[in-house]
Amino acid sequence: MNKPFSRRDFLKRTAVVAAGALPLTNIEIAFGKNNPKNFNFAYISDSHITQIKGNKFVRNWDRGLIRAVAETNLLDPKPDFVFYGGDIAQLGKPAEIDHGLEILSGLNAKTHYVMGEHDYYVDLGDYWQKQLGADHYSFDHKGVHFVVLNSILTYEKWMHQKWDKGMDRMKQMARLDNPHGQPFMVGEAQRKWLQDDLSKISKDTPLVVFSHSPLQKIYKGWNFWTDDAEQVQALLKPFDKATVIYGHVHQIQYNQIGNISFNSAMATAWPWPYPKSYVQKDSYMPKLTVEMNRADPFFERDATGWQFINMHTGNVDLNYVLPDNTNRIVAFDSKAGHPADKDFQYKQTVAQDHY
Amino acid sequence: MNKTLSTISVLAMTLSFSHTSQADNFTEADLKHWNDEFMSVVDHGEAVFHGGLKNENTVSCDQCHPNATNIHPETYPKFQQQLGKVAVLGEMINWCIMNPLEGEPLALDDPDMTAIQSYIHYERRGVKLAPGKH
Ligand SMILES: [Fe+2]
Ligand SMILES: [Fe+2]
Repeated sequence: MNKPFSRRDFLKRTAVVAAGALPLTNIEIAFGKNNPKNFNFAYISDSHITQIKGNKFVRNWDRGLIRAVAETNLLDPKPDFVFYGGDIAQLGKPAEIDHGLEILSGLNAKTHYVMGEHDYYVDLGDYWQKQLGADHYSFDHKGVHFVVLNSILTYEKWMHQKWDKGMDRMKQMARLDNPHGQPFMVGEAQRKWLQDDLSKISKDTPLVVFSHSPLQKIYKGWNFWTDDAEQVQALLKPFDKATVIYGHVHQIQYNQIGNISFNSAMATAWPWPYPKSYVQKDSYMPKLTVEMNRADPFFERDATGWQFINMHTGNVDLNYVLPDNTNRIVAFDSKAGHPADKDFQYKQTVAQDHY
Repeated sequence: MNKTLSTISVLAMTLSFSHTSQADNFTEADLKHWNDEFMSVVDHGEAVFHGGLKNENTVSCDQCHPNATNIHPETYPKFQQQLGKVAVLGEMINWCIMNPLEGEPLALDDPDMTAIQSYIHYERRGVKLAPGKH
C-alpha cells in the first residue's frame, strides 16, 4: 500500500513486477470503490525518445518509457485514463514521435496528450497534431473538468522568423540552458479559448489543468516558467478547487497560489537539477516543495519515474513511483489548504540530506 | 634594422616582461590576455558540453547538467563511492562519457577535457572548495 521502497528492495520489486502484482493500490478503502468521485489516473511524461539513426534509438530513454508503461498497466484499481505530459521526442522528428507512440500503445487505458517544446519546434507541432489531434482541449470526467493547454508557445515573431531549417529552431529550444532561449507562453488565443471554455463550467466543479511548463514562475533561465502565468491563473481563480499538473521540470515541485494547487511530474528519461543548484542566478522554488535528492547516475533510473493520481477529494493526491528511489506521495492537505508531502512536509527532516 | 639589433631589442623586451611578471603587479594587458585565453577555453568547453563530443548516441552532458549544475566540482577529489576510490573530476567526467553517452573516454590532458572542466568550474565560480564532501 504505497509503501516506500528503497534501492535494496529493487531486486525484490523486479521479481514482483515479473509476477504482475506491483503493489500500487489506491486509497479506495476510505472512500469506497463504488464512490463515483473516487477515481485515479496515471501520468507519464518527458520520455525524450531520441533517434540515433534508422531504427536505433537511445536505449536509456526507451527503457524509462517502457518501464513506466509496464508499471502503469499493473495499477490496481485500473486508472480511468492516462495522461502523457509532453516531450515524447527529443528533437520532434516523426521517427521519434512514432517510436514513442509505439511504446505508449502498450498502455491498456485511453491516453490524453500534452504538447512539449521538444515535440513542437521542428515543425510547429504539425506531425504531433497529425498523430494526436488538437494541442488544447477539454473534457469532463466523473464530475471533474479537465483542460489541456499548449503552454510552450513563444513570441510569434521568433517562431516565424526565417529559419533555414525547422531543426535549427528546434535546437535552440531543445537546449534547456540556452542563453538565447525564448520564454514559454500560452498566448492570447488560447487564453481566450480557456475563458470561453471555463465560462460554461460551474465554479464548484473541480478543475484540473494540464500544461507542459509550470503555469507559475520558478526559473526563467530554464523555462521553469510561463510568461503569461498570472493571466492564466486569473482565469482559474473563480473556481473553488483548481489544480495545475505539469511536466517539463523533470523533478518534484508543488505549490499553492490562492485556490490553485500546482503539482509537477517526474520524467521517465532523466532528472533535471533544482534551479538553485545554478549558483550564478536567482530562482524562485516554491517554499512548500520538499526537494528530492540529486540523482545517482550509477543507477540509470534514479530520480526518474511516473505517477498515479487520485481525485477523490476534487484535489489531487499525487503518488510518485520512483524506481531506484523511495517513492513519494504529495497529497492535498485539506486542513492546511495546500499539497503536502505525506512523509516529509511536517517533519524537521529533509527528504534526503546529502547533495 | 639589422638582425643583431632586433634580437637585442626582443631580448630586452623579454627581460623586462619577465621581470615585471615575476616581481611586480601583473599588468592590465597580462590579465586581459590570460583571462581571454581562459574564457576562450571555457567557451570551447561550453560547446563540447552541449553536444560537441561526437559520441554516437548523441546524448550530451547538458541534458542532465544544464549550466553544468549537479556536478559539484568543488567536492573533487573525493571518495567516489561508486568507483570505490578517491577520484578527480576528470575521471567522473569520463565515467559519464562512457556510460550515459556511450562514448570513448578522453585523456585527462585532452584539450576537450581541459575545456569541459574549465566550463564546469566557471559555472560554479564563487562556491567554496569542499574536497571530499558528499
Ligand atoms: Fe522534458
Ligand atoms: Fe520540456
